[in-house]
Amino acid sequence: MKGKYLLGILVILGALGYMVFGGLGRNLVYFLTPSEYLQDQARYQNRPVRLGGLVKPGTVQYDKDRLELRFVLTDGVAEVPVLHKGTPPGMFKEGQGVVVEGRFQEGVFQGTNLLVKHSETYQPPKEGWTPEEVRKLIEEAQ
Amino acid sequence: MQKTAPLSRPDGLTWAFLGFGVLLLPLGLYLALAAPPDANQGYLVRIMYLHVPTAWVGYLAFFVTFLYSLLYLFRQDPRHDRVAAASAEIGLVFMGLALVTGMLWARPTWGVYWTWEPRLTTTAILFAVYVGYFLLRGAIEDPELRRKAAAAVGVLGFLNVPISYMSVKWWRSLHQTQSIDLTTGKIHMAPEMLQVLLFHLAVFTLLYLGFVRFRGLVAVLEEAKEEA
Repeated sequence: MKGKYLLGILVILGALGYMVFGGLGRNLVYFLTPSEYLQDQARYQNRPVRLGGLVKPGTVQYDKDRLELRFVLTDGVAEVPVLHKGTPPGMFKEGQGVVVEGRFQEGVFQGTNLLVKHSETYQPPKEGWTPEEVRKLIEEAQ
Repeated sequence: MQKTAPLSRPDGLTWAFLGFGVLLLPLGLYLALAAPPDANQGYLVRIMYLHVPTAWVGYLAFFVTFLYSLLYLFRQDPRHDRVAAASAEIGLVFMGLALVTGMLWARPTWGVYWTWEPRLTTTAILFAVYVGYFLLRGAIEDPELRRKAAAAVGVLGFLNVPISYMSVKWWRSLHQTQSIDLTTGKIHMAPEMLQVLLFHLAVFTLLYLGFVRFRGLVAVLEEAKEEA
């Protein structure tokens, strides 16, 4: 009886281990970096993908009237131009880590959803943090 | 067989946990509202003081369920099963709160309420497993079989806790990695924020201890009624 239970537990642990570290791991990639995408372009053609990287400083253009946000996504090696229709999220800024959902069309990545990544480090702002100062800080960031 | 007559009222320790927890909660709220904002996300960071402790109590409660499920499998003592079930119930509530507070935090910071990224997906699976735990308990009439089956789920389901905790390191995710990293011992938080968070973690742990003892007592009364 003991052996039967032990065998069952081993089978379940083995299956879980395989799922976590084996075949499933490769399909569990939440986002691709621009380099990974450009290396294997044919595979992702006309398929919705998520691209993750940093917003390249100095490339952000936002057209307020047409709600078109353009920027370049970079992973330090490769760069991808992104066009996102809609307002930028509150924490979107240059140099920020972002994940864009969408697909490529005519060499431009057409984003349908823009997600902003933030770091695990929490610090109060250096200048002080009365409500007025924080409001100014938030306004400056935009 | 019970060694002592089952209590019909919560004992002093249960009241002490609940009393301190409930009394210190408003103080925690005050501390959270007095804590400095974050340089990047401003006052939004305060959701952390609710989000992290609820997730912690969820993980802790499922760990207690795991321990008492194992004990039940070895000793076949119904008391251990009652603690396991009580803890799983509280864990489910707090895990649900962690998911909800996480969604409320995600919308203004990430831009969406939900996305199928590793931490969120593994935590949703974790939540679903413990919903299954109670479905299973409700579906089996024979008490002994029910306890055994539930204990098996309580042990195997706990596997999801380390997976959920480590998901932000094992896979590429949108969720940030741990600010209090138990694997490396590094803390990425200003001390005045850390103190407030640790205070909340302590208060929520007190509340958990009170809840689980209280729920265990209710389970005793339920069982007595079922047998009568």
